[in-house]
Amino acid sequence: MPIKEDHSITADTFLDGVWKDNPVFVMLLGMCPVLAVTNSVVNALAMGIATTFVLICSSVLISLLRKLIPKEVRIATYIVIIATFVTITDYVIQAISLELYNALGAFIQLIVVNCMILGRAEAYASKNKPLKTMINGLGMGLGFTIALLCLGSVRELLGNGSLLGFSIFGAQFQPWVVMILPPGGFFVLGSWLLLFNWIEERKKNNTATSKVSHAGAAASKGAS
Amino acid sequence: MTDTEQAIIAMAAKKTSSLAMVITLGLVAMLSGLLVVITWQLTLEPIEKNKRIMIEKAIFQVIADAQYRQTYAITNKGLVSGEQGDGLPFYAAFDKTGQLKGIAIASAAQGYAGMVNLLYGYDPVCECIRGFSIIKMAETPGLGDKILTDEKFLTNFKALDARIDSDNNALKNAIVSVKHGSKSNPWEVDAISGATITSKAVAKAINQSAQVILPKLKPYISQLIYTPVEKQE
Repeated sequence: MPIKEDHSITADTFLDGVWKDNPVFVMLLGMCPVLAVTNSVVNALAMGIATTFVLICSSVLISLLRKLIPKEVRIATYIVIIATFVTITDYVIQAISLELYNALGAFIQLIVVNCMILGRAEAYASKNKPLKTMINGLGMGLGFTIALLCLGSVRELLGNGSLLGFSIFGAQFQPWVVMILPPGGFFVLGSWLLLFNWIEERKKNNTATSKVSHAGAAASKGAS
Repeated sequence: MTDTEQAIIAMAAKKTSSLAMVITLGLVAMLSGLLVVITWQLTLEPIEKNKRIMIEKAIFQVIADAQYRQTYAITNKGLVSGEQGDGLPFYAAFDKTGQLKGIAIASAAQGYAGMVNLLYGYDPVCECIRGFSIIKMAETPGLGDKILTDEKFLTNFKALDARIDSDNNALKNAIVSVKHGSKSNPWEVDAISGATITSKAVAKAINQSAQVILPKLKPYISQLIYTPVEKQE
């Protein structure tokens, strides 16, 4: 079985999650919170930080225990570990602010089934050393948070005319309410995917024009 | 060949014994339980404090000039101080000098998207509702949540009539929501067009609760006296 463990920690260990393997814009993982809680910047930021915390803690613990966990029960073990940190996050957010807790609603508990975290546990934490896992998790978490912020800022700006709660466009601005409603999440996510795929394609062959249609197809796939 | 590789190959070669699985899961579950209990212990106090602050903020929002609050409940035996499991709870709010300013009561009704939980302020002097604040709701942003911002709607609650009938067992006039622009009586709530269901839910929540609790509360109003000994935070 030619499994090769690469213990070297490079800049890519961290940067993979931010750009090349961005969990939202490239891997399209964890779409449920991405679409549901990004109706304001504060919600997006809180969700990003909460998910990052759970991701780092659970993957480090899984990485530490990786040699002890029998493969037959690994998924059950991962879920228990992830659920533990989600419960901790749940309590901590309640202690910080009940308003935030109510705004995030059931989506804090739903971090348990965020496929990005389980995916990291299975694909990365169970094969790598704790420090490397932590750095990779930090990058992934940052990438996820940035993606949520990308969506949250556009949606809050267009749907409410404000950013971080501060009014930007003034009172005469008629907000596009649809942007903070669920369909807005799909529109904005689709647009961001279009943009990222376009940049990616452009980088690949410097002739963007012929490839926009492909990026558009990927965007509509992500939004479906 | 590293240890991990060997471990993986060994795992693939022979099945793990059930005992090993039980032990692993058991240990992980114990660790998990320990972590959760520690967090629960540490966050219990701040969470309780947050809940108290949230309720206080809501009370002081619906009753003008309020500075202190005390919790009471009406049970079968009469008025009791503090929260009682089987009684009807309410909050009495007092101003700086300890004078009763109003009574805040929590209620809820089905809105457009789930329950609308609110707290409303009752003024025993004018026998009217002086305002409400939302504890929790999931109404559509931009439509249902206009009940918080629509100034015309909020004027309904400047002095919403809630007099009690002569038999002392219900409101003289039920609080109802009417179609936008057709309010003609002080006990009617002029609904917001585009947020009719949510407006209705607010009126229904207040009516449901006021019908039951206000007649029972009336004889005890003079007994609601501010006692500074009670812990105020």
